[in-house]
Amino acid sequence: MHERKTVLEGLVDDGGISVGHNNEVRLEMLALPENVGLARVSIAAFASQIDFSMGEVEEIKVAVSEAVSNAVIHAYPQGGWVKISARLTGRLLEVEVKDTGKGIEDVSQAREPSFSTEPGRMGLGFVFMESFMDGMDIQSIPGRGTTVRMWKECRPVEGSND
Amino acid sequence: MQLDHEIVAGNLVFRVQGELDLNTAERFRLYVDDAMDRHRCYQAVLNLRKVTFVDSSGLGAIIGRYRRIAQRQGTISIVSPPPHVLSVLELSGIKKIIPVYSSEQKALAPEARMA
Repeated sequence: MHERKTVLEGLVDDGGISVGHNNEVRLEMLALPENVGLARVSIAAFASQIDFSMGEVEEIKVAVSEAVSNAVIHAYPQGGWVKISARLTGRLLEVEVKDTGKGIEDVSQAREPSFSTEPGRMGLGFVFMESFMDGMDIQSIPGRGTTVRMWKECRPVEGSND
Repeated sequence: MQLDHEIVAGNLVFRVQGELDLNTAERFRLYVDDAMDRHRCYQAVLNLRKVTFVDSSGLGAIIGRYRRIAQRQGTISIVSPPPHVLSVLELSGIKKIIPVYSSEQKALAPEARMA
């Protein structure tokens, strides 16, 4: 589980220690609830190319799920496409979720945790993205769309193999 | 997501399996509300032991059940969330309003129902 290595990594690795590698994927999907699981599982599988712990992979899943769910719920009441790209640069994972939907009027307000918005929606999406990743950046233009970029570093854990 | 329920000692115990997200939250809501209304029982125990994923949409559905049950003077508790589900519950603050137990037995104990 923790020694998995791609052929490429094996070639560039100087032996034994995982040095991380560079890779990139792009996914494009209709903004539908049934695609949210596909998005998070795909990105989680991609992130697993470097040795994120199982807990960290779960956190990445939640963050991706929130970003893609936002696009489904908020960006596209009439439907549209979501573009998801993920990049591994050494030990850094970057994920970008981009829509061309209705955009966010007030990004800083949207980022605030609001426990009691409409019933059933908790306003926790951005809170989870921020908490479970190392950082997050939101670019949004009303009427043009939103791009959420988030990143997480895979830190070597000494003495633990989770 | 799969769901079933059983009446145990006057409580509706819901056992949830799989992913609780935007795609399944509505089905979860309908199932739980329907079972409670049919049995006229608003003492709910949500067993999450076999839940593999929860995000804010899933939590929203749980909070929504909490509110509906509270309006009917009922109770709700969560049982056996796996570690990654527990961390989402903790971060959301949901643990402050819905008690979390390590087993159905503990959730169903008379002391627990007094809370």
